[in-house]
Amino acid sequence: MGRISQWFDRRGFAAMLIGLPYLWLLALFLLPFLIVVAMSLATKTPTAPPFSFGGDHPWVNGQAYVRVLTDGLYLRAFLTSVGNAGVAMMLCLLLGYPMALGLTRVSKSWRNILLMLVILPFWTSFLLRVYAWMGLMGKNSWFNGLLTDGWNLLVPMDWAVKSIPMMNSNFAVVLVMVYTYLPFMILPLYASLERLDPVLDEAAMDLGSRPWQVFRDVTLPQSVPGIIAGGMLVFIPAAGELVIPSLVGDASSPMIGRLISDEFSSARDWPMASAVAVVLLVLMVGPTMLYSHYQARAEGTK
Amino acid sequence: MQDAAEPFLRIEGVSKTFGSFQAVRNVSLSVGKGEIFSLLGGSGCGKTTLLRMLAGFEEPSAGRIFLDGRDMAGVPAWERPVHMMFQSYAIFPHMSVEKNIAYGLKHEALTKAEKADRTREMLELVQLVPFAARKPHQISGGQRQRVALARALARQPKLLLLDEPLAALDKKLREQTQFELMSIQARTGVTFIVVTHDQEEAMTLSDRIAVMDKGEVKQIGSPTEIYEFPASRFVADFIGSINAFDAAVLGVEAGLLRLSVPALGTEVLARGQSGVAEGSKVTLAIRPEKLRLSMEKPADGNAVQGKVRDLAYFGKDSLYRIALPSGVLVQAHAVNARRGDEGARVADWDDEVWLAFDATSAIVLVE
Ligand SMILES: Nc1ncnc2c1ncn2[C@@H]1O[C@H](COP(=O)(O)OP(=O)(O)O)[C@@H](O)[C@H]1O
Ligand SMILES: [Mg+2]
Repeated sequence: MGRISQWFDRRGFAAMLIGLPYLWLLALFLLPFLIVVAMSLATKTPTAPPFSFGGDHPWVNGQAYVRVLTDGLYLRAFLTSVGNAGVAMMLCLLLGYPMALGLTRVSKSWRNILLMLVILPFWTSFLLRVYAWMGLMGKNSWFNGLLTDGWNLLVPMDWAVKSIPMMNSNFAVVLVMVYTYLPFMILPLYASLERLDPVLDEAAMDLGSRPWQVFRDVTLPQSVPGIIAGGMLVFIPAAGELVIPSLVGDASSPMIGRLISDEFSSARDWPMASAVAVVLLVLMVGPTMLYSHYQARAEGTK
Repeated sequence: MQDAAEPFLRIEGVSKTFGSFQAVRNVSLSVGKGEIFSLLGGSGCGKTTLLRMLAGFEEPSAGRIFLDGRDMAGVPAWERPVHMMFQSYAIFPHMSVEKNIAYGLKHEALTKAEKADRTREMLELVQLVPFAARKPHQISGGQRQRVALARALARQPKLLLLDEPLAALDKKLREQTQFELMSIQARTGVTFIVVTHDQEEAMTLSDRIAVMDKGEVKQIGSPTEIYEFPASRFVADFIGSINAFDAAVLGVEAGLLRLSVPALGTEVLARGQSGVAEGSKVTLAIRPEKLRLSMEKPADGNAVQGKVRDLAYFGKDSLYRIALPSGVLVQAHAVNARRGDEGARVADWDDEVWLAFDATSAIVLVE
């Protein structure tokens, strides 16, 4: 016993505990990332693996980056990705915020049941759920039929349609992404809203604020960290999403994940795929680092 | 019906029930304009609940509240000219000290300059000007308390509710802040209702006190009235210390009551009390400082003999515990007026002493 506790008390142990996550990041994130960066600077060859250094470009080959930045295909794909992910994130926020707020306002026993319901969809296969949506959105489904009837009832005769073309569109991608990623928005929002002191709401009300003003002045500003966490948890994976756009998306305007996948597999252009991946990562990580930099500065001067 | 004598705040038969639990029972009281009124009682006696009904966070289960002649029923918290200083202060953690204080002014029809002036004035009132830009986590507990006070006062409420305003401060700061609160109240003229469980605090701060127990108001009066003329054994015990004995009324003599007190082993005369019939059982209560201690038998008046059992010397006064022949212990406070090597105390351990008291300082309690 004594020896074990001694071992735990050693300073080295604390250092190891702190070091472990860094080690993890180093081995499983930084190293692979460096490999990808290296690949992105290589030249495509018909060998296995299908790239090499040297040849026409003796040291590194920036050709892939030039194409990423100049070829309209990639630019459009980036824009589609960011657009779809951004819309999905906003919709998740609009849907998730009231849900998270509601969760903090119900009794303890209800809260556990409702939280359970939020994560319940994870218990069935993700693919199964996407296929279910494909079925719902299809031309012959009752869901599409219902929406079509509603549409036809509301609009003038000559706008009437036989069915609403929902499948293979950005609408479908956003819809399924919102459905899939909503829990990732709700949970961090709930965590940050749940910590707020309800007495602060009363204090604001006491000082003359109506309930909506209390929300605007007290609840919302204090939940900004939750909004940012939820927003990033939705936006980042949504922007790189591959499965949803391949299954329900519009093939003529692919998202960036689809391009990476295509370059790697069908085109066998690994340097190109790597270059796209690196640019995507920079686009995602850049704003995050900027945010945390300003966050740290704001806290330092407070 | 509203006549000139309508009090500023009138609480009329207010009760509050949570489920089957009655937190406030049939409370009726009036508070005058500019008064410091305390609600004093032990923890859980319903003080905060009563305050929350005044602020508009809870609706009374029964009874009515009138403020400045207006029935407050159904008036939401944000429309009441009443502000509250919360027990936990409830300062907005994401706003600076200045923003916190200015928060209530958002809803006032004032120009930007007027708002800034008012905020400045409040910062000066609570001496927080150098801390205006700080965030709440960067100031001390005492400063947070003052932010809460300034924020509540900024909108110039008619009535300020303070829930245990000093409870979170340490002893030294508490005493200093007490006087600060009183001076701020005097300068602003705002009516204060202060909730406290600390009887000394209530005695120091208040113009009048309502002593509460289990949701009920037991007695309302000035600190002196509550102290000198407690209406019940509960109030007598709660405020200060007191010697209480069971007694029986033998008769009425010239406005005084003649009591037989078995514990004292003698008959005594006590202050008359209306509605006390001959033969009824009462409680005789005497404050320790009303007992005069002497070595010789006093010439006349109420007197009993006992032996000094315990003695605590506090410098300016001493507390004696004296055993009576009946075995009962009595507490007596004596001021140490004499000076000298051995004269500081009136009596010493095991001395046989006499305790005398005036009939007018002997309190007869019916309840
Ligand atoms: N919202 C509520 N629901 C149920 N019981 C409550 C509620 N608020 C207060 N009580 C109860 O009412 C009693 C009085 O509470 P409170 O007014 O806070 O007492 P005090 O402030 O005098 O310590 C307590 O027993 C408390 O448990
Ligand atoms: Mg309380």
